[in-house]
Amino acid sequence: MSRHRVKAVGYDDDEYYDDDGYDSPDPEEQELLQRTTAEVLQKLGAGLPSVTVTKDEVQETLYYYYYDVEKSVNYLKGKKEKELKKQQASAAAQKLKSQSFAFAHQRLDYVLTGQPGSEFPTPSPPSAHFSAADFFRDCPWLHVPSHRKADILVEPLYPRLGLLGGAPEGGGKPSKLAMLAAARKKKEAQSATSPPETASTKQPGSEGVLSPDPRAAPLSLSERLAKSKATKSSELSSGLAGLRRPSKPSPSASTSHANKPCSSEPRDAVPEPSKSVPAQVPTMEQRSETSKSPELQPRVSSLRTEPSEFARVIGGTSAGQTLTQPSQLQPSDLDVLKIYGLDRFAEQFFDFAGPSPDDVVLNAQNTAKGLKSKSAASKSGDKKAQDDMANGMNDLSVQEKVTVKSKNLNVLDEYNKSKRKKSANFVVIGHVDAGKSTLMGRLLADQGAIDQRTLDKYRKEAEKIGKGSFALAWVLDQGSEERARGVTIDIATNKFETDNTAFTIVDSPGHRDFVPNMIAGASQADFAVLVIDSSVGKFESGLKGQTKEHALLVRSMGVQKIIVAVNKMDAVQWDKGRFEEIEQQISAFLTTAGFQEKNISFIPCSGVLGDNITRRSEDAKASWFAGRTLIEELETSEPCTHALDKPLRMTIGDVFRGGVQNPISISGRLDAGSLQIGDQVLTMPSGETALIRSIEVDSEPSDWAVAGQNVVLNLANIDPVHLRSGDVVCRSSSPIPTITTFTAKVLAFEHLMPMMVDVHRGRLHVPGRIAKLVASLDKASGAPIKKRPKIVSPGTVARIGVEMDQAVPLEAPTRIVLRSGGTTVAAGLLE
Amino acid sequence: MRLIKNKIEQNGSGMVTLCPEEPEDMWHAYNLVRPGDVLRASAIRRVTTTQDTGSTSSARVHLTLEIRVKNLDFDPQSSQLHVSGQIMNETAHTKIGQFHTLDLELNRNFTLEKVVGANGEGVGWDSIAVEMLKDAVDEGGKRRAEAVAVVMQEGLAHICFIGQFQTILKQKVEMSVPRKRQGGGDHDKGMIKFYRVTLDTLLRQMEFNTSITSGSNNESVRPVLLASPGFVAAGFQKYIQAEATSTPGLKRLLPSVVVVHSASGYLNSLSEVLQSPAVKNLLSDTKYARETKLMDDFLDQLRKETNKATYGPREVESAVDQGAVGRGGGILIMSNRLFRSQDITERKRWVSLVDRVRHVEGGEVRILSSDHESGKRLDGLGGIAALLTFPIVEEDLDSEDEA
Repeated sequence: MSRHRVKAVGYDDDEYYDDDGYDSPDPEEQELLQRTTAEVLQKLGAGLPSVTVTKDEVQETLYYYYYDVEKSVNYLKGKKEKELKKQQASAAAQKLKSQSFAFAHQRLDYVLTGQPGSEFPTPSPPSAHFSAADFFRDCPWLHVPSHRKADILVEPLYPRLGLLGGAPEGGGKPSKLAMLAAARKKKEAQSATSPPETASTKQPGSEGVLSPDPRAAPLSLSERLAKSKATKSSELSSGLAGLRRPSKPSPSASTSHANKPCSSEPRDAVPEPSKSVPAQVPTMEQRSETSKSPELQPRVSSLRTEPSEFARVIGGTSAGQTLTQPSQLQPSDLDVLKIYGLDRFAEQFFDFAGPSPDDVVLNAQNTAKGLKSKSAASKSGDKKAQDDMANGMNDLSVQEKVTVKSKNLNVLDEYNKSKRKKSANFVVIGHVDAGKSTLMGRLLADQGAIDQRTLDKYRKEAEKIGKGSFALAWVLDQGSEERARGVTIDIATNKFETDNTAFTIVDSPGHRDFVPNMIAGASQADFAVLVIDSSVGKFESGLKGQTKEHALLVRSMGVQKIIVAVNKMDAVQWDKGRFEEIEQQISAFLTTAGFQEKNISFIPCSGVLGDNITRRSEDAKASWFAGRTLIEELETSEPCTHALDKPLRMTIGDVFRGGVQNPISISGRLDAGSLQIGDQVLTMPSGETALIRSIEVDSEPSDWAVAGQNVVLNLANIDPVHLRSGDVVCRSSSPIPTITTFTAKVLAFEHLMPMMVDVHRGRLHVPGRIAKLVASLDKASGAPIKKRPKIVSPGTVARIGVEMDQAVPLEAPTRIVLRSGGTTVAAGLLE
Repeated sequence: MRLIKNKIEQNGSGMVTLCPEEPEDMWHAYNLVRPGDVLRASAIRRVTTTQDTGSTSSARVHLTLEIRVKNLDFDPQSSQLHVSGQIMNETAHTKIGQFHTLDLELNRNFTLEKVVGANGEGVGWDSIAVEMLKDAVDEGGKRRAEAVAVVMQEGLAHICFIGQFQTILKQKVEMSVPRKRQGGGDHDKGMIKFYRVTLDTLLRQMEFNTSITSGSNNESVRPVLLASPGFVAAGFQKYIQAEATSTPGLKRLLPSVVVVHSASGYLNSLSEVLQSPAVKNLLSDTKYARETKLMDDFLDQLRKETNKATYGPREVESAVDQGAVGRGGGILIMSNRLFRSQDITERKRWVSLVDRVRHVEGGEVRILSSDHESGKRLDGLGGIAALLTFPIVEEDLDSEDEA
């Protein structure tokens, strides 16, 4: 009876089975029956709690188990025990078998108490009056009262099936369910093949035998009923079979009736389950009939039609099945799944039971997996779905590790071999509105780094918002805010090439609020272009403002060479006197700031017109200037040397999404060391490792990069939360330490006292405070002049101790800038 | 804080009963209660009893406990004060000498007793304590002037509440905003996201109800100061305005939003925010504005190198000795952190200094809250500074001990 047995039945081997065999039992079988009956009775009597059963009962049971004595004994024992219990519990209910509602309740009992032996729902009291139509008469469709739903839900299907298939695995007759399935299969195939008879089937079971009148089965059933009063499951099953059978080759009027609504369904799976309801009702009716006369048959068939109407009603809507059918499935969906295993019947059957929660889940899974929902209930499908689900979860939870194969290049060799142009980074600095961005835009446009079409577009758009003169600046001011306000906010990098040098422009903002961004830009620069507004009043205000601050900053960042572009000369009619005045003032200031005379050069120019940028001014008024143009001056720059063989250091300038293929990208300039694709790098202070998926050097893909180059690293295996601009990329073999306090030798720009400061290093800036003034130092020798000064006045060099709130990646020697209240108060070297 | 009962004796010992009414009162209590005091407050104690059979049962009982304070723990973010010490009174559930941590609660009276010990183990209600008590007890009822400041820069926002005595950093919003790049719109998107998160956080911290119905009850909205370098704060204001069109409840917030400039997005630029004219108009004559002003004056004086300003414990003490902190402009500026010292002699030293300046020299004494931005600046200078009436010669105090 166990489910596995049912599962193991090979339906294909089954042959069409007919109940006709009951009508004419052959003598051999009779004999066997007699013998085994005696055996069973003996065994039952011998059992410790001796069981008394009628002979009829025994025979009935034996019949079901196909003369398997063991099984019959077990079954009878279980059944008797059960009955005993039942009688104690509700004797009345048991005896008055006509009460219709008891039917469902008892079934519930069976399911709940179901011992292996008693799994048969001895379909006890079903009454003559029970019919599905009656049962649902007063229920509006889809509004079945909950208590009734419960009753329906409980109705167990599989135990019945189990009973039907009660034959032992190896031998005995095949289950009727199996035969049903086979029959249906046959019908489907529309082929009239006669399967070979197996040894186990006792029935001849050919088409010919089956053809006899369909009412024979019910008749025989009722006959048997008369004999056996106790076991009723039999006729349930045989009734089902009887019903089923006619539907195949020679459908009788009654059954075809019942079938109609169902067979009209597009899915061929539909008829199967929906029929079970009508099928079973007539059986009950039948059973209640004491008379077995054939003339009763018409009445029976008419009775059958009644539920079929109901079925039709249900069948009309697809939801109909959901109510009737799942009711039998739901008690134990899982078990049902197991029972049916792989067989197609179950598949289709289950397809039907869509609304069960498990199915909902499975369907969801399957649709997600792109599988057909049909395979939902099949065990393998189920398992597979679960596996997929599990894998999916794994995929979700554990981030997929990307592995990139390293080419194991000797980067320094590669670098030396490569015939690159010499490259130079320069930062453009100056007071706000000095024309830095416009000058650089002009430079880029004249060098052909920007095509004319883009430039025209910018010009048009700029004019549209009334800022026509800003068109060139828009080449670098890409931000919407920047364009709307006409102010550079953040640094912008761009590149262009001359015949022998590849330049990278770092355009920095002039506004005092964005000095931190300018510091970030200056930290990437080899030399600087200081842009000065020559117009009256602007130059003077600039000198007090960011002209001075920027110049001091780039100097303290280690920039040696500075080109001063005296801009907007066209506004002062190329006044030579003005130019010389500016030259004098600025060079005086720059030399005090620490620039060497030979590293300072002055060029009068006009960014808007392009004079003296890449071409000489054609203005007659400017003819007095015979020096180099800006581009010529830029080309005189000597390449800087970078610490290629030092441990890797790179300050992250920006963290962004590089695209679909590169979800995490960082940009910046390599401060020291080298790297290549496939390298494992460490980011500080987060301490997370990342893998370099690919490298872009100056927007060109590359396998490696060395210090001094502007790179974009596409990373893998790291979460973007661990990356912030200002963090440092290094190698885990030589990580950069993170510190909270440091001492530094600084040049004071403003008064220094124990105070709050912001500590800047490139993109990195953190709040901190000057904890103590260690000593003021002699500028030249560095010897302490005064220990623990109260205050350090501007222009003096001092050694100070700084504390920060958070640990930051800093290591000596590095250049830092201290700012407070929007002004740069000091800059110097970490010690 | 309401003063329920005041029984301070002439000699400085005595007890007061106080009722804290708002979170800032906890901060006052934190300044008033010192180790060695006796604190009496209601408490909930878990009492475990062991039966003869060895089975234990524990129950929470409500008690009024009196403890001798050993330790204070103040959480400024949630304004909670936990005072631990040994129990002084015997109850059915506790024994004398057991330890207990009292959690002072709002609207629950507590009694604080300070005694002057014969052999100097207590200082009683000294002048500073009495002054603090006066500060703590809100007589005018206009204590509630409070502002919310959002100090921000690209990808970073500090949301802080500026109270009379405290500036509490409520929350820090940190977010990585992509920089501007060639042809990339990530920056704008990142900023919008940053604004959204900041606004959500701000509203949550303010417990601002954005539903339209709440607008009817016309509760006053605290001023919201948006400060940033550049255009971040202005952009944020614009964002709030844009949001207000879809969330009408936000409209109530708009009038109280003030955009001010700050040098950076860090908290130490708050002083600049509080000194800006717009804010001064908004929050006229609040204690913190005065404190900030005082500190700025002091630093100015220091910068000018007139020698009329000095800082550091020993320097100030020597200046007081010379009589430079007296009538006619001498101001002693102290952080109240110094009075929170566990060491009684330390406290006595400062109290006597204050008393001396005030009563003997005739100078002014200003005690700055260490939980304010100005107090933090002062703490950086050693917690004590002075504006002098006349320049004093800088002594070469080669002291290594005051690091």
